[in-house]
Formats: sequence, C-alpha cells, structure tokens
Amino acid sequence: MLFKISLSNIRKSIKDYAIYFFTLVLGVAVFYIFNAIETQTAFLRVSDDQRELIHILTTAISGVSVFIAVVLGLLIVYASRFLMKRRNKEFALYMMLGMSKRKISALLLCETVIIGIGSLFVGLMIGIGLSQVMSAVVANMFEADMNDYKFTVSGSAITKTILYFGIMYAVVMLRSGFVISKCRLITLMNSGKRSEKITMKNPWLCVIVFLISAAVLIWAYHTVGWDFEHINEKRIGLAILAGIVSTFFIFWSVSGMLLRVVMSAKGVYHRGLNSFTFRQISSKINTTIASMTVICLMLFVTICTLSTAFTIRNSLNKGVEDNFPVDFYGRFSLHTHDGTDDSSYRTGNIDDVYAQQNMSIYDDFDEYCHFHDYNESNFTFDTFAGDRKAELTGGSMSIYAMMNFDISFLKLSDYNAIMELYGQKQIELGDGEYAVSANAAGLPAMYDKLLEDSTEITVFGNTLKPSSEKCIISSFYPDIQASNTGTIIVPDNAVSEKYRGVDYFVGNYKATDKNGREAAEKTARDNWNNVMHRYQSGAGNGFMHGLETRIEAASNAIGIGALVTFLGLYIGFIFLVSCGAILALKELSESADSMPRYTMLRKLGVEEREISRSIFRQSGIFFLLPLLLACLHSYAGMRFAKIGLDLLVTDNYTKPVIFTAIILIAIYGGYFLLTFLGSKAIVKEQK
Amino acid sequence: MSLLRIQNIEKYYGNRSNLTKAVDDISFSVEKGEFTAIMGASGSGKTTLLNCISTIDRVTAGHIFLEDQDITQLKGRELNKFRRDKLGFIFQDFNLMDTLTAYENIALALSIQKRPAKDIDKAVKNVAEQLGITDVLGKYPYEMSGGQKQRVASARAIVTEPKLVLADEPTGALDSKSSKMLLERFNYLNREHNATIIMVTHDSFTASYASRVLFIKDGKLFNEIIRGNDSRRQFFDKIINVVTLLGGDVSDAL
Repeated sequence: MLFKISLSNIRKSIKDYAIYFFTLVLGVAVFYIFNAIETQTAFLRVSDDQRELIHILTTAISGVSVFIAVVLGLLIVYASRFLMKRRNKEFALYMMLGMSKRKISALLLCETVIIGIGSLFVGLMIGIGLSQVMSAVVANMFEADMNDYKFTVSGSAITKTILYFGIMYAVVMLRSGFVISKCRLITLMNSGKRSEKITMKNPWLCVIVFLISAAVLIWAYHTVGWDFEHINEKRIGLAILAGIVSTFFIFWSVSGMLLRVVMSAKGVYHRGLNSFTFRQISSKINTTIASMTVICLMLFVTICTLSTAFTIRNSLNKGVEDNFPVDFYGRFSLHTHDGTDDSSYRTGNIDDVYAQQNMSIYDDFDEYCHFHDYNESNFTFDTFAGDRKAELTGGSMSIYAMMNFDISFLKLSDYNAIMELYGQKQIELGDGEYAVSANAAGLPAMYDKLLEDSTEITVFGNTLKPSSEKCIISSFYPDIQASNTGTIIVPDNAVSEKYRGVDYFVGNYKATDKNGREAAEKTARDNWNNVMHRYQSGAGNGFMHGLETRIEAASNAIGIGALVTFLGLYIGFIFLVSCGAILALKELSESADSMPRYTMLRKLGVEEREISRSIFRQSGIFFLLPLLLACLHSYAGMRFAKIGLDLLVTDNYTKPVIFTAIILIAIYGGYFLLTFLGSKAIVKEQK
Repeated sequence: MSLLRIQNIEKYYGNRSNLTKAVDDISFSVEKGEFTAIMGASGSGKTTLLNCISTIDRVTAGHIFLEDQDITQLKGRELNKFRRDKLGFIFQDFNLMDTLTAYENIALALSIQKRPAKDIDKAVKNVAEQLGITDVLGKYPYEMSGGQKQRVASARAIVTEPKLVLADEPTGALDSKSSKMLLERFNYLNREHNATIIMVTHDSFTASYASRVLFIKDGKLFNEIIRGNDSRRQFFDKIINVVTLLGGDVSDAL
C-alpha cells in the first residue's frame, strides 16, 4: 500500500522530480566513470612509468571522490529538502486523514528508496556505457594501443558508487524523517498561503553596499592578480575571504538596485511585460542570495580549474616539444673539494666513464654534441646585475626574480655546435665580446636592460662587453620547459680549461622510426646506467650524473597533463551539474508557484509569445547573473594561476578558455534550456 | 444594433453517458452603455456563461457577436488580442499581481497593449482618481483592504477603455460597506463613461445596482427584469420576488 502511494506520488510530481532524477543519474554516472578508470585501463599496454602515473591518477581520483561525494551529498540534501517543502500540503492532508508521522516517514523512505535505486541503476548503466569511451580517451592520451580491449565492468567502482550514494540517500532519509517528526500540522496547512511581503530595500543603502563591495572586490582582484610584490599567504587568504563576502553583498545590492534602475526608466519598465518580468526576477534573486553566492563561487572554481588544467596540460606538452630538441641528454661531473670556491662540481669527462668499461657513448648516436660549461667563482645573477637588481626585478612577476642563481659560461664554438644540433640560430662574437642566452619566464627582458647599457663583465681575467643589445632566447640544455636562467657565451679564447664545469652530452639516436628509437633508448639508457654505476673516480671523490630523454620527458608530460585534466574535468563536471541543478530546481518551483500569475496574464490577453519571452528572460537572467560575476572572478583567478603556477603554466590561456566555455555552455546551458522548457510547460494553460 | 448579441449558445461538459448542460440554449443581447447583472444559484451556469463571453472558455454551439465580430470563431493569437483590446475583467478574488504595486497593476493592462509610457501615467492617474484610489497607488496588494483591491482591479479593467467590462462576483469577497462603495463606482462609470458592464452575482443587493437583471437556472434563461425608472429599493424588491420564485439556493445567499 505504502509502496503504491509512493509510486503514484513520484509519478504525480514527475515534473518536480525529473530534473532531480536527471541530476542524480548524471552524478552517479560521472562518479562511476572516474572511479572505474583503474579497471578500465588495466588492459592497456603502457610503459612502467605510465603505469605508475595511471596509478597516481586513480589514487588522486579516489581521494577527490570523497570531496565530490560531500558536494553531491549536500546537493541531494538541498534538493530533497526543497522538494519536501513543496509537498507540505500533501503531508498535511495525510496527517488530517490520521496517518501517523511514522507512516509518513515510511512513505518518504519508500520514495527515496525508489528514486535512489532507480537513479543508481540508470546512472550505473550509463556510466558503464560511457566508461568504455573513457578507456579510449585514456588510451589515446597515453598513446597506448587498444588491441586487447574488451568490454569492462568495474565491480569495485560499482561497489564504491553504491556505497557512497547509499550513504547520501541514508542521510536524506534520516533528515526527512527528522523533519517530519518535528513538524506541526497547522504550519504545514498554512504553508501554501504565503503572504509575500515585498520589501524594497533602501536604494541608497544598496548603492552604498554595492560600491563598497565592488571596491573590496577590486582590492581582492588586485591583490591576487596584479599586486605580486606584496603577495603572501595571509594576503591571499584575506583576498579570498573578501571575495566571498563581497560576492554575497554584490548579489544583495544588485537585487535591490536592478529593479530600481529599470523602474527609473519608465519607457522600458512600462513596456509589455517588463514590469512583471523584472519584479519576478528581483523577488527571485532576493530570496536566493545565499544560493546565488554559492553557485557563483562554484562556477568560479569550475572555470579556473578547468581552464588551468587544460593550460597546464598544453604547457607541458608544448614545453617538451619546444624545449627538448634532442633524444638524449646526459650530464656528469666530479665532486671536488678544493676548498677554494663553492662551485664544487667541476671537471670530469663522460668519455672517461665509458672508457673504464671499454665502451664508447658515441656508438649509440647518430649526431651529438659533447661539451662542458665553465664557472667563475661566485659569478651569479646578482654579480651580473650589480646594484640594478632591485630595479630589474621590481616589476617582474616571475618566480626567478626572487632568487639568486649561478650563471655559467659556454665557449662560442660549443654553443654554435649545440645550436646546429638543435636546429636553432648560431651566433657570432668578436674578440672581447659576450652574449647572453636565457629563456626562463621574465629573464630575457631583464638581461635586455643590462645589455642595452653595455654592462661589462670581468671573468676569467678578461673584461668583456656585450655584442648585442638583445638577450638570445635559447637554452643549451634540454628540459621539459623553458628553464634557462642565464648562460653567458664567450669567445673560445676567453676561457681556460681551469674553469671547467659540468660535462654534458646531448645527441640523437640513429633510429628514425618510433620502435627503433625506443629500442635505441633502452640500449643507451642501459649503457649509461651501467657505466655510471660501475664508475670509480680516481681520487675517490664522489660524482654526480643525470640522464633525461625526450621519450621519458614526453610521457611524463602526458601523464601529468592527463592527471591534471582528469581531476579538473571530474571536479568541474560535478560542480557544473550541481550549480545547474540548484538553479533549475529553484526556477521550476518558482514557476509552479507563479502559475496563477500567468493564468491571470492570459486572462488579460497577453500573448503566448510574450509570456514565453518573459519566462526566457527570467530564467536567463537567473542563470546569467552568477555566471557573469564568476567570469569576472575567474579572470583575476586565472591571472593569479598564471603567476602562482608559472613553472607549470607557460602556454597561453586562450584555447583552454574556449574549451572550458564549450563545456560550460553544454552543461550549464543545458540546464538552462531544460529549465526554460520545463517552466514553459508548467505555466502552460492546462486544458 | 446591439453591442453584444448572444445567439443560442450551449456549453456541455462530460461525455455521452454523463452529459452536463452548463449552458443550455441561452440568447440575449446587451446594448451599449447597459449595466447588466446575471443572477443564479451556484452551479446554474452563470460563470460558464461569462467565461464563454470572455473567450476564456469555448462554446459547444451557438454564436456570440461583439459589434458584428463572431468571437466564437476567434483562434489563438486573435483571442488574446481580442481579450486585451476589447474586454476588461474584474474577478471575485481580485487577481492582482502580488508582486506589483497598485499603480503597476493598472499600468500593466496598458503596457501589454504597447501604449507609450507617458500616456500610461496619465491614464492610470486619471482612472485612479475616478475610483478613489489615488492614495494607494504606491501600495502592494497585501497592504490594501479588500475594497481597495477590488477598486484597483476595476481600475485595471476599465483603464484600457474596453468595449465590455465583465465582472465575476465582484463583491463576493467584500464586506457590505466596501461592496456598496464599489457598486456606486460601477454606477458612476456606467453613467459618466457610458461603460457597458456585465456582472455575474448571486447577491440580490449587488444585482439591484444594475439596470437590468437576467436570471439563470439550470443553464437556461429563467427570467429578465428591467429597472426602468424604479428606485434601487423598489428594484431590489422585484429582484427578491424573482429569487423567491427561483426558490432554494439564491435566497439562502441573501
């Protein structure tokens, strides 16, 4: 009997429940898809490094899932509380007919169970279907082959989804049971008779609050996005807090001002349904300021997370492409303790290391450069910049500007040979001249200033002057990103081997195709590790060596990029769905409450087209307002991310922002469309 | 030529096995400037009749002509346009927008006719003066008394200068003092502005303000009396007599 009533209740209020159910299904599906990645990727043939990265990815996802579950849980509790409020009349009727509170609770329990099981089932079905697509995406990202692919269902992800959502539904049931046990018949009965009081806020107060909030917000933007000299954790925290509070008060004041502004333009206000439309919007915003604030902040987080994640991924991939122009990069140096300078890694030759094992590094490579750099004791950026350091770094947002670092030297002939290998521009130097090469963010500009003033340097007993006013944007060593903080290139006769520093070897394998290069890499790597492992330095000193390869760098970049992208998508998607669902529920119930108003408008002879335009505007502004402010927030947020993460974010934001916008329009816009169509259907004349 | 001609209209509800004739072959006409009351017991079909005239409901058979236009043939957008431009409505429960002030409620009727804003202001103030609601124009419905609300609703109905004002139990939710005040305003509008009013009521006192009363019983026209030169008191007595003849329900409502 109870079950029958529950079922018919759900069927009856299907319009209210549809979007709730839809959101639950989406939530379940997304939850499953991301948690099933581990199982889905088990069959992929990937390298050990990538397997490790996938493992990190899945661990991160299960960590984030807890947070996601909390967000979804709050959404579900909010939505169910909301749907319950709409049914107060119905509960009052049950109570009047003598149904006990326990029975009503049982009824609600029954309904939640039906909806819960239904949403879990449908969501898991969709999730299992889409996770097959996800496998392909992961395989594509890690460039793995999918030959062994077969349809996979992840039991652990199913268990986890059911467990997490089961807990959420249990919380909802407990909550609604509690609410029912506390409520009183008379309040339930009177809940429908709302005597809506329209309190117009004092317009001047609104203007003042708005101006103050705007000023505080601008301060917060400035602090995180522009004022990098004084930035510290305390100020960032304060700016975030100020941002949240001012967001709330901006909505508070806008809800009061918007109407006033439109009202003052009599020609606009008294045109068609405008007066009605704007009153509706204003009262809607007035009653949902807190939700609007939360939604705005969630949208802000979503936009920043998604676009930054995509940018990081692009930056990493592009970084490897641009900054790792050779297959193999090894370095070696002896650890010397001569006590005369603090540059303790000096001399050493890779050839000697190989020679000890009767091997030669040159066998593995088609083209290569073997060279070393030179160091002058205590020649650092500060030495170079002298008393102009503060002036140079003052306006810079770069992390490098805050540090001091050694500057090493290269012989002109070595530099040109390296550039030839990299396929980059070679340079010429006259006697007594030097050039500077750097590519780390912000540094070339600083060097330019020094070079423009023909700053002379005295190194290795020579005094040199700049050959050009421009710093060369290049790096002699490969890396996954532009990280050369400065190398000075001097004529061959200006250095002596006495100042010899680290020994470097860069080269390309003989093989040209993918498989050949992988095989060559394995040989070269094994050889390198082998000789380094067995090496005994003559004096018994320690030594250091390092090896990086293009293939390894690329797969790391892909892996980290994938990690960041997946987490961004996961969080972004759930946040967008939550925002959309809250707004949609609010708007739809608002439309249901306003139905008599639309009936009256029809009696007054308002055309359907006008009514649907009014509904469109109402939902449009309702959805657009938090988005607009979130976009403003995001602009400052992205500027902050660009600086705060300047080692990771080197690529520009344009494409990721467009991509984020597409996702946003698809999901948030989809909810808007559903809301608009739903509202239209609700207020449609029932015949 | 009559302003409104109603020819043999019928309105049936239900299906073949259980047919309800809410309006059963009613014909009458209303001249321009007439104040007509339609009386009948609950369920007699008077509201259905009004809904048919106001095009809110469709007739099953028959024709309704307003100035030679057959409004039973109107469809979709023409219907809305007709209601917007030719009719004014007053409802028992006022049907004011609770989110709008009195001024805006009255202005809404004009703004949906796409009148320019400066005309709207003049028209609203003018009609407010006639109905004695100038001092409540800035108030919201919840801040007004029932009588004030109904006068605002009346102002909204006549501000567009409609051909026909339709009032459905306008005094149904008002106390007797407010009723009297409202009805006197109706008389004033009828007299001074030559407004044509059709009012549905089950209250004889309310009906006695009209110049002519039609009685409906079980969906059929039962009787018709015209005030002529009678005083309101005499007319009221005549109405009571018919109501007594009608029997039952209506007299209870007194």
